[in-house]
Amino acid sequence: MYEVRFHGRGGQGAVTAARLLADAAFREGKEVQSFPIFGVERRGAPVAAFTRIDDKPIDIKTQIYEPDVVIALDSTLIGVIDVADGLKDNGKIVINSKKKPADFKFGDTRVYTLDATEIATKHGLGTKTNPIINTAILGAYAKVIGNIGMAAIEQSIENNVPIKKEENKNAAREAYQVMEA
Amino acid sequence: MTKMTIMGNMATALGAKLCRPHVIPAYPITPSTLFPEKISEFIANGEMDGEMIRVESEHSAMSAAIGASATGARVCTASASQGIALMHEMLFIASGMRLPIVMAVGNRALSAPINIWCDHQDTISERDVGWLQFYAEKNQEGLDLMILAFKICEDKRVLLPGMVGIDAFVLTHTVEGVDVPDQKLVDDFLPPYKPEKYLDARTPITFGSFGTPEFYQEFKYAQVKAMEESEKVIDEAFREYKKVFGRTYQKITPYRCEDADMVILTLGSMSGTARAAVDILREEGKKAGCIKMTVYRPFPGKELIDVSKNAKVIAVLDRDITPGLGGALYADVAAQFVNRTAHPVILNYILGLGGRDIVINDFKEIYDKSHQALEKGIQNPVEWINLNKEIL
Repeated sequence: MYEVRFHGRGGQGAVTAARLLADAAFREGKEVQSFPIFGVERRGAPVAAFTRIDDKPIDIKTQIYEPDVVIALDSTLIGVIDVADGLKDNGKIVINSKKKPADFKFGDTRVYTLDATEIATKHGLGTKTNPIINTAILGAYAKVIGNIGMAAIEQSIENNVPIKKEENKNAAREAYQVMEA
Repeated sequence: MTKMTIMGNMATALGAKLCRPHVIPAYPITPSTLFPEKISEFIANGEMDGEMIRVESEHSAMSAAIGASATGARVCTASASQGIALMHEMLFIASGMRLPIVMAVGNRALSAPINIWCDHQDTISERDVGWLQFYAEKNQEGLDLMILAFKICEDKRVLLPGMVGIDAFVLTHTVEGVDVPDQKLVDDFLPPYKPEKYLDARTPITFGSFGTPEFYQEFKYAQVKAMEESEKVIDEAFREYKKVFGRTYQKITPYRCEDADMVILTLGSMSGTARAAVDILREEGKKAGCIKMTVYRPFPGKELIDVSKNAKVIAVLDRDITPGLGGALYADVAAQFVNRTAHPVILNYILGLGGRDIVINDFKEIYDKSHQALEKGIQNPVEWINLNKEIL
């Protein structure tokens, strides 16, 4: 079983990202589960969402406490909350940031960074002050985690994103290309 | 068949849509709101016939459902928590008038303090209103049980309403892969509802009129007999469902119980986690098993005795509480065994109230506590799990 935790702020699309990833994995024949942290959502407040992926039916219904991957859609959350909480020893962290991975201190944990905000803005997703970066970050996920292919991510966007389907797919593709694995 | 990833509320809404209800009176409430939203969307898009009635309260929703159902219409609605509590008196009327209304429930805690998260207090508190009760472990079951509920409730041997519970957020807002059956198959499985008696101005009759002491008790007895009769109708419907749709349903589903010393009885979404916990306990050499209860009313007593009679202990998990007694399910289980000369020790664990996550460790603790009670004697038959004593 592979467990992913997304951190973002209300309105950034963390819940949608978790859902799109689950749907992409489902399209590759995996069993999936995706859910938001069961809280009261407010725009701007820290939110978390989860995705479980497995080859066999997923029985467990708990929240995710020991993720394999953490994805931070907003680097300003780092320090405010412990995004690496419970992360497995060989876990990975993907952060939306202009900074280099070495600028983040998470011990031995492998950190990846991507300026998803710039990519999203370039493709006209959301506004400059409130860019929707979740599809770009999924492109980065496909590159560095590698357990879900870009074709499935694009298919998931096509089927689940109500508007700007092409722009969202292009953002994911660009993230996939620029991301260093 | 279409495979898609959907939330639990969408699963029950799609299940309802496949049953082609004529009337859907509903009042939105967290965590069930997506159900009426989706139904109104289906109707607005022309994907679904049927009339959605927007009402001013849950009491009115159930009142409208009763009126519509009495005319011979197929009726469904959805609610949760305070909404169901507000319907309470009307729930008795639906069952007393023998109207097979089906309600999807997002199982949620009751105020106060106000809480929108999962427990089973809302439907467990309605165990005496004469409705059949089904609980889903996952979204697929939510969809399937909606279809099954109509099939069972509308059977002329039953003619009682039914509710299908899906856990708040853990299912209502969780996305899972679900097989959505073809409409044609559902149409064949669930023919149109054609009651023998219904309200029609051309041949006037009365439903639910005055039941004086000469008649009232017989009405109630007939209602109880119909509930008993539903036991075999449920088995028949589950068998037919398996044949048509390929998925297996049982009133209770045992897991690794054959040689188990301890069986854990669960309702709803915690049942999957229980199986995962049982596997871990088994690896540690502990002979644990678990039983998922899908049908809570009528209470599957015979089946429960059958699979658990050789265990040393039954741990009954209640995501509800009857203050002054313990869990409601515990009392139900104890009643099944009370007149048997030899039976397992029956212990009760209260957990997961108001959305507290039910995790693997909770099951380990339940196993250890039960084991200890067997060895050293029962200190307290009703224990609370994962209680934060520091804030008490």
